[in-house]
Amino acid sequence: MTGAFYLAALVAAVSTGLVITSLNAVHALLYLIVSFLAVAVVFFIFGAPFVAMLEIIIYAGAIMVLFVFVVMMLNLGRRAIEQEAGWLRSRIWIGPSILSATLLGELLYLFGSGILSQAGGITVQAPKQVGVVLLGPYLIGVELASMLLLPGLVGAYHLGRHLNSEDA
Amino acid sequence: MNETASTLLIIAGVLVTLLTLSALLIWLERRLLGFWQERYGPNRVGPFGLLQVVADMIKIFMKEDWVPPFADKAVFVIAPAVIIVTILMSFAVVPFTPSIVVADLNVGLLFFLAMSSLSAYSVVLAGWASNNKYSLLGGLRASAQMLSYEVFMGLSLMGVVMLAGSFSLRDIVAAQQGVWFCIPQVLGFIIFLIAGLAETKRVPFDIPEAEAELVAGFHTEYSGMKFGMFFVGEYLGIILISAMITVLFFGGWQGPWLPPVVWFSIKTFLFICLFILLRAALPRLRFDQLMTFGWKVMLPLALVNLTVTGALVLVGHPPE
Repeated sequence: MTGAFYLAALVAAVSTGLVITSLNAVHALLYLIVSFLAVAVVFFIFGAPFVAMLEIIIYAGAIMVLFVFVVMMLNLGRRAIEQEAGWLRSRIWIGPSILSATLLGELLYLFGSGILSQAGGITVQAPKQVGVVLLGPYLIGVELASMLLLPGLVGAYHLGRHLNSEDA
Repeated sequence: MNETASTLLIIAGVLVTLLTLSALLIWLERRLLGFWQERYGPNRVGPFGLLQVVADMIKIFMKEDWVPPFADKAVFVIAPAVIIVTILMSFAVVPFTPSIVVADLNVGLLFFLAMSSLSAYSVVLAGWASNNKYSLLGGLRASAQMLSYEVFMGLSLMGVVMLAGSFSLRDIVAAQQGVWFCIPQVLGFIIFLIAGLAETKRVPFDIPEAEAELVAGFHTEYSGMKFGMFFVGEYLGIILISAMITVLFFGGWQGPWLPPVVWFSIKTFLFICLFILLRAALPRLRFDQLMTFGWKVMLPLALVNLTVTGALVLVGHPPE
């Protein structure tokens, strides 16, 4: 089971990295779906099958279909790929890398300090238990995820505004 | 060790049976359609035309497996595999008999819904990767259709879950010891049947591949066995929906005298025939009719069914 966990976690991490770096929008979305599926497997291994299924039904199944639907209609071509490539120059990576490395360091420190104690063996938990654990000892994960939404929002605003001023 | 071996045996048995059946269904559908339309259908190759399947297979394997140069190669190749994989995965939770089930998950029904929502990608990606306007239109239609019909497909099943008190398919079958759920959940059954038809993209809901308007819809650019995989996927989908109807509404393996697996097969076979009869009997809907029907009729009905069932269950067994 530990091997399966590390495999799923590796797939999740690698595919999430590919989401950021792939130039084709549809390919990026497909990697994101793979990442969701891998996270669902991780939840399943943790003994939370209900959460795992919801992850697939809601995120991989419903929300991502809508994303793919919209991206399909945008008819992105070669120009969009070149534009994406321009955004991925190494200079742009420096600032965000420092910020996220800091967060990663803090998270690793928390894991190391033993505040987030291990749950022990793999047993199937009721959804209620999962909720209690998520908003109790693992609150840091929930907070980090909600912080991610803010950069997403700011980023979308920034990109959208930039394009408008260029057109005008 | 013994348990692992029996699990592997069950997996192999289920896989072989399903793939053989889905190939045979192509023959069955053509013969039955012929019967209902007063013509012969394929009856030349072998006894009753049974070897027609073999002839079709040889032909489809010999065909050139062509990937259009303008297509997105990786996605183009993955798309037909997605539908087969997701549908075969769904069969993992179907309890054929009390002992023959690959994985008796306690969230089996949710697993089935999750896999059916993932199977939508197959059509969407096939349509997009082909880089052809007819394919794209087919893909768009398919994603809109499958997304809307998935909503109340899930809702229609929640009545069953409330009555059985479990997401596990084996528990659901066991809960139908007294009366099959098609009686108390008749509305849920009808809604699920229609949603299942739409999910498998069968007539009258085969708008994603409407030949008359879209050439062949999402699989226009596909040839050879990749095209064959979409077809096998469609027939596997029919078997899956029929099996799920049997499990959820018609008591699964339960029945007098005959062994469980025979009862399961008989019930599933009858629903497969119903699917084929519907194809022979009904014309294709228009796309706006399909959407209106889904959102304005089926969704409210599913919600009413959910509410009434919930109220009745609450009255019958008030929470402690």
